[in-house]
Formats: sequence, C-alpha cells, structure tokens
Amino acid sequence: MKSAVVQLPGLNRDRDMIAALTKIGGKAPVTVWQTETEIPADVDLIVIPGGFSYGDYLRCGAIAARMPVMQAIKAKAEAGVKVLGVCNGFQILLEAGMLPGALMRNASLKFVCKEIRLEVTNAETDFTRAYEKGQILRCPVAHHDGNFFADAETAARIEGNGQVVFRYAEGTNPNGSLNDIAGVINERGNVLGMMPHPENLIEAAHGGSDGRGLFASALDVIAA
Amino acid sequence: MTISNSRPITPELIAAHGLKPDEYERILSLIGREPTFTELGIFSAMWNEHCSYKSSKRWLRTLPTKGPRVIQGPGENAGVVDIDDGDCVVFKMESHNHPSYIEPYQGAATGVGGILRDVFTMGARPVAAMNALRFGAPDHPKTRHLVSGVVAGVGGYGNSFGVPTVGGEVEFDERYNGNILVNAFAAGLAKSDAIFLSEAKGVGLPVVYLGAKTGRDGVGGATMASAEFDESIEEKRPTVQVGDPFTEKCLLEACLELMQTGAVIAIQDMGAAGLTCSAVEMGAKGDLGIELNLDLVPVREDHMTAYEMMLSESQERMLMVLEPEKEEVAKAIFVKWGLDFAIVGYTTDDLRFRILHQGEEVANLPIKQLGDEAPEYDRPWREPGKPSPLPASMVAEPNDYGLALLKLVGSPNQSSRRWVYEQYDTLIQGNSLQIPGGDAGVVRVEGHPSKALAFSSDVTPRYVEADPFEGGKQAVAECWRNITATGAEPLAATDNLNFGNPEKPDIMGQFVMAIKGIGEACRALDFPIVSGNVSLYNETNGVAILPTPTIAGVGLLPDWSKMAKVGGARDGDEIVLIGIDGSHLGQSVYLRDVLGIVDGPAPEVDLVVERRNGDFVRSAIRNGQFSACHDISSGGLAVALAEMAIASGKGMQVNLKDCNGPAHALLFGEDQARYVVAMPADMANFLCANAEGAGVPFRRLGKVGGSELVIDDLLAVSIEQLRDTHESWFPDFMDGSSNAAAAAK
Repeated sequence: MKSAVVQLPGLNRDRDMIAALTKIGGKAPVTVWQTETEIPADVDLIVIPGGFSYGDYLRCGAIAARMPVMQAIKAKAEAGVKVLGVCNGFQILLEAGMLPGALMRNASLKFVCKEIRLEVTNAETDFTRAYEKGQILRCPVAHHDGNFFADAETAARIEGNGQVVFRYAEGTNPNGSLNDIAGVINERGNVLGMMPHPENLIEAAHGGSDGRGLFASALDVIAA
Repeated sequence: MTISNSRPITPELIAAHGLKPDEYERILSLIGREPTFTELGIFSAMWNEHCSYKSSKRWLRTLPTKGPRVIQGPGENAGVVDIDDGDCVVFKMESHNHPSYIEPYQGAATGVGGILRDVFTMGARPVAAMNALRFGAPDHPKTRHLVSGVVAGVGGYGNSFGVPTVGGEVEFDERYNGNILVNAFAAGLAKSDAIFLSEAKGVGLPVVYLGAKTGRDGVGGATMASAEFDESIEEKRPTVQVGDPFTEKCLLEACLELMQTGAVIAIQDMGAAGLTCSAVEMGAKGDLGIELNLDLVPVREDHMTAYEMMLSESQERMLMVLEPEKEEVAKAIFVKWGLDFAIVGYTTDDLRFRILHQGEEVANLPIKQLGDEAPEYDRPWREPGKPSPLPASMVAEPNDYGLALLKLVGSPNQSSRRWVYEQYDTLIQGNSLQIPGGDAGVVRVEGHPSKALAFSSDVTPRYVEADPFEGGKQAVAECWRNITATGAEPLAATDNLNFGNPEKPDIMGQFVMAIKGIGEACRALDFPIVSGNVSLYNETNGVAILPTPTIAGVGLLPDWSKMAKVGGARDGDEIVLIGIDGSHLGQSVYLRDVLGIVDGPAPEVDLVVERRNGDFVRSAIRNGQFSACHDISSGGLAVALAEMAIASGKGMQVNLKDCNGPAHALLFGEDQARYVVAMPADMANFLCANAEGAGVPFRRLGKVGGSELVIDDLLAVSIEQLRDTHESWFPDFMDGSSNAAAAAK
C-alpha cells in the first residue's frame, strides 16, 4: 500500500505524519507539494497533516482548500482513494466540502494541547478496523479551532449514518464539539477527518501506541 | 513628511538617540566629521546597551565559555555544543521584556520568533523551546491581562511555527508589576560539520536579503522614544513588531534547504536594529566592508527613508553572503516558499559600511569601529550587604502542617502551571519524552535510537536579591540539578541576565556579584555558558525588578529508556532523601507565603556537595535504580514529596524519626543539593550502602502507598486534595474567581 503526505506551506506536523506512516507501513510516503495537480497513480492513501496552512490567518484551512493540489485530491477521493485529514487537515477537508460540518474556535477560546480519551464509535471503516466499537483510546489533541459543529439536520444524518467515527470520551471534550464529535467520515467511507493526533501516540517514546491502529487500518497492515 | 538625511544634528537629537555627549564626541573623532542623520541612527543602534553590551561586557568576559564539548561559545547567533555522533545542539535564551509589557501578545510572540531565528540561522532545526515568564503580583490590575496575552503570544508563535515548548517558569512578584520578564529559549539540532556562521568571507560577493519585507515597524525599537522625535516621523508607529509565524516557518524550511546547496557563505538574522546590526556584524567579523543599496531592499511601505530602512525591526528577515554561482538555485528555493530574495549589496575590501539610497550615499562609516570600538564602561558598583542569619529556631512553626502544605502547593508561585502549558503545543515533532510539569523537559534526538536532550530554565530571584553571589550560584546549581534529576549529564547553559539600571552602583553591584556567582558555579560544575543575553534598565518609577539572571541549560541522556521522572513512584517503593536534612528557612517560600515574612539570607550552595550528590543521583538513575526522582527546591522536602505524590497519584507514608532539627525546617527548609528519590524496596539497602560509600548524605523516609501523604503525626492530606489545590489556583485566578474571593476579604 502506497501513501502520500500533502505538504503545504505552514503545515507543521507533516514530519510527524511521515514518521508514523513510515514506522507503521514499513516504507516512507511520497510527498505532494501545494502546486502539484496530480497525485501519483499508485497512491492508495492520501494524508493531509496538521499545522497552520498559510498561517491560518483566514478561516482555518480556507486558503489550503482552494489550492491546485486539492482538486487532485478531490478527484482521487471520488475515485475511491482513501483520504485522511488530521487537525488542520480535517479543517481543510471541511473547507473543501469533502466532509460535512464545520470547525469553530475552541469553546475556551484558547489553544489546547493535552491528552484526551477517544471513543471509537465506528470500527467498521477502512481507518478503524484495527479497533473495536466502543474502545477507548488515549490520544493527544493540539488545536485552536476544533469545536465541531453541524446544523441539526446534518448532525442527525451523520449520526444516523454512522459517520461519526470518533467521539471524545465522557468528560474529555477539550473544545466544546457538538455531541463530543472528534472525527467524521464521508458517506462513501473513504474520507476521514479528525482533530486528535494519532500520529503522536504510536510508540514507547510517546508513552503509548493507541494511535497505531488507525494507520495500521488505513495502510492495511493490521497485525494478525 | 520624509525626514531628510541632511537633518541638522542637534544636541537634542543626539540625546533622543540615547547617545551621551562623550559618546557623540567619540563618533566625531572616529569619522572626522558630523554624521548624517542616517549615520546617527546607525551609531545609536550599534552603541545602545542592547546591541553593544557596553555596561556588561567587562563582566561577561569573566564567565567560563569553553569546554571539551563546546563548538561555539558566545558571539554568534547561538551557542553550539557537541552531543556525540557528529550531532550538536544549538541554543540560546533572549529577553523580550519591554515589548511584552507594552503589547503582551506580539511582544511575547516576536520574542519566540527572534530566538527561533537565532537557532536556525546557524543551520539547526529547532526541536525545543522554553519560556521563563515573570509577572507582577496576582492582584495587580494588569497582571491577568499580561499573563493571558503573553501566554497566548508564546503559544501563538511557537505552535504555528511547530516547535514543542517543553519547559519554563512562571512566577509572580510585585517587583515585576511595572516590568514583566519574558525570556525565550530555543534549541535546535544540527550536524557539527554543517554549522553556519555570520562571518563574511570573500570580496565582491553578493549580500542577499531574505524573508519578509521591510516595514516601519520597530523603527528605533532599541533606543528611542522621545516626543520631539515622534513628531518628526511620518506617522506614529508602534515600536513593538508584529510577528508572522507562518513566514518564519517558511523561512526555516527555505534556509535549511538553501544551506544544503552550499550557497551560503555567511548568514545572520535581522533582530534588534535589523539591517544595520546584521550587515555590520557580518562585515566586521570577516574584516570586510559592506555596501548596501537600499533601493533594492524589498519594502512593504512606500517612501521609506534610509534611516527607517536601516533601523526597522520588521521580523522574519535574514541577510546572507551568497556563493555567486549558486544564485539561481538559491533564488528558486525562496520563490518556492513565497519569500523575498534580493541581492542588496556586496562585500568590499575597504572596511567601510556604505549605504546608498536614491543615488545618494547616505552613510559611509568605518565598519570595524561600529562594532569593535563601541563604548565600554566599567561602571561603579557596590557590593550589597548580606542579611543577618535567620536560624530556624527564630522562625515560627505553622499552626497546622497540613494547611501550611496545602497553602504552598496552591500558592501563586508553587501551584500547577497546567493552565499555561496546555496552551503550548508540547508534543509536536513527536519527540517529547517529558513535557512541562516535571524537573526538566526531555526531547529525544530524532534519528538516534536512544539519545535525548534535557532542558531546564531556572533562577530564584528572591535569593539573588538577598545575596546576588549565592543567588547566582543557586540559579546555575538548580538548573544543573533539574537536568541531573532526569538522569542527563548537564552539558552547557545560556544566561539571560535581567537587572535594573546599571548606572546605579547598587544595581551594578547585584549584576557583578551575580555574574561572579554564576561563573563560580559554572566552573565548579563544568557547565559553561555558551550564549546569552543581557537586559538592563528593567525599572519602573525608579524601582528595579528583582535581579533575575535566568539560566537555561541543556543535558544529554545517552539512553532515554533509563530516564527518571517525577511521577514514576510505585506502591511499595521506598522513599529516600539524598542530601542533608532541611534546616534553612531564610528566603524560603514557607517564610514568605505561609508566615508572610521576607527575611534572612539565601541558602548557600556548596558546589562540591552539589556535584557529588548530583553525580551520585545521575549514576543511580542510569543504572536503573530509581522509579522516580525529583529535585528539592522552593518549598523544601514537603513540597517535593507532594509534587511526587500528585504526579504519581500514589500516597506516601513518611517519617522524620532519623532526621535532626525542628520539623518545619526539615519539611520546608530550602537547603541545596538535594533530591527525593523512590525505588523498589529491595533496592534501598544497596542504594544506601552506595551513598554511604560515596560520602553522600541520605535519609530513608518511608514508603509509597495509600491515598494520602502522611508525614509522622504532623500531617495527613489526601492526594486528591493536594491535586485539587495544586491544580485550581491558576485557572481560578485567570477566570477571576480568586480575585473576587480576595476582594471579598
């Protein structure tokens, strides 16, 4: 399985993501620069990592969503290629209209970096197969704008469709997200966006490896 | 209106530039004529205290700056220290005090930006940041505003840039009411054979301007703020610069990419006094002249004068001497990252600093003298008197030991800093092994299977105030001790010396004695100072801040899997005090925060004992003997135990039956060179025998277990209550509830 990491000016967790994909998938992902208009044909997983694309001086992810590379990513997603957006990547996917809902400023109005608990609410996606439904994971968050919101109709639809893949476990919602929503997937099930950073909890040095399952699922390398 | 370069040089104008009459005389004799307006600006920028270190240089020279691992000492953008395998760590600390008081968010943000630039200018990728912050009294009306702005600014810049903030300090004292301190530290990793310096080499080579455009922000930030001057500038501009972490992140990537190509002969970031300081430094160090054509400088505002361009402190800019054949390659990298790249001048062989603007030569100065022949002062100083001894027998015991401990762990200065550090990205880059809340921040060295670096920033200003010499020693010793408490070997340090007005002999005396103390401790602990910064004139209405020489150190862990943490204690572990029994209550937080008294001498640091105890602890950690380790500092043994209990969530049963002295001194004494360690019970006999053999004093204090911290029949407090008290002060303070409570009293 071949993966690609999108690199846009201002993204800063690209190196973390490349390290996670390399360590778990066994080979380094290719990197795709902002101006590229094509994603290599053999890529099965495209990852948009976290950071502050273009400084996030406008709405988070708004500029990134309009860069040429996003057209290429959209085309790939429509062709069924898996796309994962983490943190700023999630914000970008929302701004690009590839996922439902919106991310607002944290309810505290402050940046927050800490470990939270994450409940796997849908373990039947291509990104969460390694987990079990209801499993509680440790996972760090680090963001200023992670407060998920959707109008009532959209919220009911994504809840009903099982598109809510991760929720902040009880009492650990760090940002005021509606229904404790931490990660959502598109209807087709191949585009996942999430605020927490599984790439920062994959090995002993991180004090745990609860994040591995996500990459193992997405890269199709789940240990027997 | 544009200020003409031929503006008459009046005594008022000279004074407004912060130049003393005798300094102006020196300028006249150096250049043999009256300077132009731009030249006057250049001199004031180069000769102010901030850039020239004219009051401090004489004393800074006495600090130890060399050692077997030191690759680059003071004088470059940052210090460089060997960490084996061809790797090195590049680090420095710098203050941004005054701007942060005026505009806390941008002041703090650009402080972080400046120090990060210092590090990556040398070719290092920043891997860790720390911030030592000092604010006024919690009940001062400006304090909360400043705390929230500074913390948001530090986070806003560092988080976006993408460096983990792994340590620091936050302290409150009314002496910082009108003058807060923001000391920013950054460290980066590089290869020892790929360090970039600012010394220009070669005549006729292009001088390249890189990064963001030049605006009027920060013009004269370093020197002037006079009314006459304001009227003559085109319009009022804030002297605080505005940071752009996005551009800085792009500049980092572009610079590191550029350095790989072999295009960089010399590089210097534009910090204080921007274009002036960077160009002069590159030329003077390389014994070369520099000619700049300001018409080629990328600007973001129209009609900027030469004076403004030379003194602008716009952020995220660099100056470089370029290998001419690599021009196209270099330019392509900067275009890719959306940054400016402009050849703005050349190196020359005539040792002149020549500035051209709109066809006119607006400045022509001797480049060496601008830097090397800056004034240097041996300012008069007076050694401060020492407070008389304060034996523990003269200090009251608390009515209730449990309440006293709770008061300390929930006090403004000893409570948890979680509210602060959760606003910093502590995890980015995926290498953070210890985040704030322990003794030191620890970051593994990417690409190496086991190596890690430990970072700590320390000073106890109340000790320095009571005794600058011992306080200076203690700042170094505590930094060294915090690094040691993780199991790391302290390698070297950077100093950020924050003091009041050096023209006052008492303040100068504090400065001199603190440096002597720092120097003595650094020599005794083989902990050289490899970079640093001096911030003087930290006074408001004639009252100086507490003397605050912040020391930030770096240590090396060969194998992080053996690292010790504060919170590692397990049920059944034995608890041992390494070091002497507590006895010293002078200048303690017990005295200040429980009894409300500031009195007595600072604790003395026996550097031989410090080293012996520390070496013993480090070796035991590396042999895997401890499950937890914590240094003893403010609040003494009781606070150290409470912090270990909170961090591990485990209770402790402690007895002081073997200890000598009154209980309040044993528990709250701030004697130096001490640690609390926890270890499996079957390890304790062995460890204590080793300690005895090494001549290291120790006390067996008891066992880990239960849900309370119990000390003899003096106190029994639940871990939950300790934690709640410890964690609640800061958030309550910031949301105003503790202020409301205080007001209700």
